[in-house]
Amino acid sequence: MTLKQACEGLRRREFTSVDLTLACLKQIAKRNKETNIFITVNEDRALAEAKLADEMIANDTATELTGIPFSVKDSIVTADVRSTAAAKILDNYVPTFEATVVNKIRKAGGVLIGKTNCDAFGHGASNENSMYGPVKNPYDLKKVSGGSSGGSAASVADFMCFYSIAEDTGGSIRQPASFCGVFGLRPTYGRNSRYGVMPMASSLDVVGPMARTAQDLGIVLKFMAGLDEKDATTIPSAVDNYNLIASKEIKKGLCVGVPKEYLEIEGIDKEVKENVLMQIEKLEKQGAKIVDVSLPHTKYAMAVYYIVVPSEDSSNMARLDGVRYGIREKKIKNLGDLYAMSRASGFPEEVKRRILIGTYALSAGYYDAYYKKAQKVRTLIKKDFEKVFEEVDILITPTSPFPAFTLGEKQNDPLQMYLADVMLSPAAVAGYPALSVPTGFTKNGLPIGTQLIGNKLEEGLLLQIGRILNE
Amino acid sequence: MLTKDEVKKIAGLARIKLTPEEEKRHAETISAVLDYMKILNEVDTADVEPTYEVNDLKNVWRNDETKKCVRVKELINQFPEKYAGMMAVPGVFEQSAEE
Repeated sequence: MTLKQACEGLRRREFTSVDLTLACLKQIAKRNKETNIFITVNEDRALAEAKLADEMIANDTATELTGIPFSVKDSIVTADVRSTAAAKILDNYVPTFEATVVNKIRKAGGVLIGKTNCDAFGHGASNENSMYGPVKNPYDLKKVSGGSSGGSAASVADFMCFYSIAEDTGGSIRQPASFCGVFGLRPTYGRNSRYGVMPMASSLDVVGPMARTAQDLGIVLKFMAGLDEKDATTIPSAVDNYNLIASKEIKKGLCVGVPKEYLEIEGIDKEVKENVLMQIEKLEKQGAKIVDVSLPHTKYAMAVYYIVVPSEDSSNMARLDGVRYGIREKKIKNLGDLYAMSRASGFPEEVKRRILIGTYALSAGYYDAYYKKAQKVRTLIKKDFEKVFEEVDILITPTSPFPAFTLGEKQNDPLQMYLADVMLSPAAVAGYPALSVPTGFTKNGLPIGTQLIGNKLEEGLLLQIGRILNE
Repeated sequence: MLTKDEVKKIAGLARIKLTPEEEKRHAETISAVLDYMKILNEVDTADVEPTYEVNDLKNVWRNDETKKCVRVKELINQFPEKYAGMMAVPGVFEQSAEE
C-alpha cells in the first residue's frame, strides 16, 4: 500500500490509523531483529499519536499525512524520542526540541513510528559505521542497505512505515534508496530547513523524503519544504504542489541530457549500465529529446567532497564532548581527559577519521592547499551544472555504479567506500536537486536505481520523470 | 604521507585519544585519501573564486532577541554530572589519568 492509498483508505473509513500503526509495529517486531533497521521503536507514543490522528479524521481536520506512520533517521532530532545518530556518545540523548521538518509533519498528524539506524552522524555509504550494527538489505540479508540513511531506505522497502525522513550530504538518501529499491529525493540545498538535523557538512546537508512512489514523495515534500527563521540558509521561493506536478504527463520537447562522464566511470556494473540505457530509450519513446552532454569537472567532485565535508564536519563534531549531554567517560581526572576519552569511546572509527582529515585540511599551512583549493574547484563543478541546464531540462545517470555490495566487502578500505558516492557527490557539491528512482533488478534480484538531476527547485519535474520511469 | 606522529598531533588538536593501533591505521588510510586529493592539482584555479554557499544568499538577518527556555528542567537532567542544579566538570589542572 502507498501513502496515497493509505490516506484515501483512512478518509473512506476502511481502516483506522491505529490499524495502520499496529500493522507497521507488527512488521517491525517480525523483521527488526534480523534486519536491524530501527534503533528506537516509538511503540507507545506512536499508538497514542494514531488515536489522536483518528480523532482528527473523525472531525474532518485531517491532512494528507494524518494518521500515516513514518520513520525518521536517527541523526534528525525528535522531541522526547531518543536520538543517537547511531553513535554511543549520544546513547542516552533525549532531545528537548525537534527538527522543523519533523515538527511540521507531526503537526499535520503524522505518526512517528521510530528512529532508523544509519552510519553514525551520516558518515558512510553502507550503514556499517553504525555503533548499533549494520542494517541488512531487505532484498538479501548478506548485502548492505547502503548509507548513510540505510535504515530509512530499508524501513520503507520492508513495509515498516509509509515514508521516511532522511538526510543527504553526498548521497546518503539516494544511494540507500537505490540499494533498497525505493524512491529517495535530495531536494535543492535550502529547500528544507536543517534546524534540528545534526550537522555533518553544513554547506551540503539537505533533508529529504524516501518513499515507495514518486507521488508519495511529492506529498511529503509539500509538507516539509519552506522558509524557516531557525535556518538562515533556507530559500524563500514558493513551495510547489509537487504531487500534482508528479502526476502530469511528460511535456512536449523535454530535453534530457546524458552526461558522458557518468557512463564512462571505471568499474561501472554491466547490468547497471544496461538499465540506465533502457531508461533513456524509454524517455525517448515518450517524446523526450535526448542529448549527450559533458560535465567536465565530474571526476574532481569526489576529491572536493572529501575535503570540504570532513573540514566542515570536524568543526560541527566539536560540540560532542560529553560535557552538557550524552555519555561522559568515567575514568577521567581532568577536563582534557573528559573531552579526549569521551570522544574516543563515543565515536566509531570513521567519525574519528573524518574529524582527523578535516582538522588536518584546516590546519595552518594546509588550508590553502586543501580547503580553499577544493572550494575553488567546487565553483567550477557548479558552473558545469549552470551551463548544462541552459541546454537541457534534466540529467539522467545511474545512482550507483554497482548494486548493493556484500557486508564487510569495502569496510577496510575507506577510499573504495568513498568512491561509492562518485555519481552522487557532484550534484551535492553544487547544491542541485536529485532523485533516485527504482528502475529494475539485477539477475540476482538486487534493486537498481537511476538518478535524475534537475535544475534548482525543479523537484516537481524530477518526481514526474521518476514516476514515468518507474511505471 | 601522514606519519603516526602527525596523526597523534592532529588527534590532540581534535581532542580524541587514540590507541597506538588506531594511530597506525589512520596514518595509512588518511595518507591514501590525501594522496587521492592530489588529483585537484590538475585543475587550474588561478582566477576562480571559492564557493562557500551555493545559493548566493546574502545578509540574512534576524532580530537578536532572547527567548524564554521552557524546558530548563529536562536540560539540566541531561547533564552527565550535576551539582546543586548546575553542570559539574572535573578540574582543568588535575593530573591526567594517562600520566
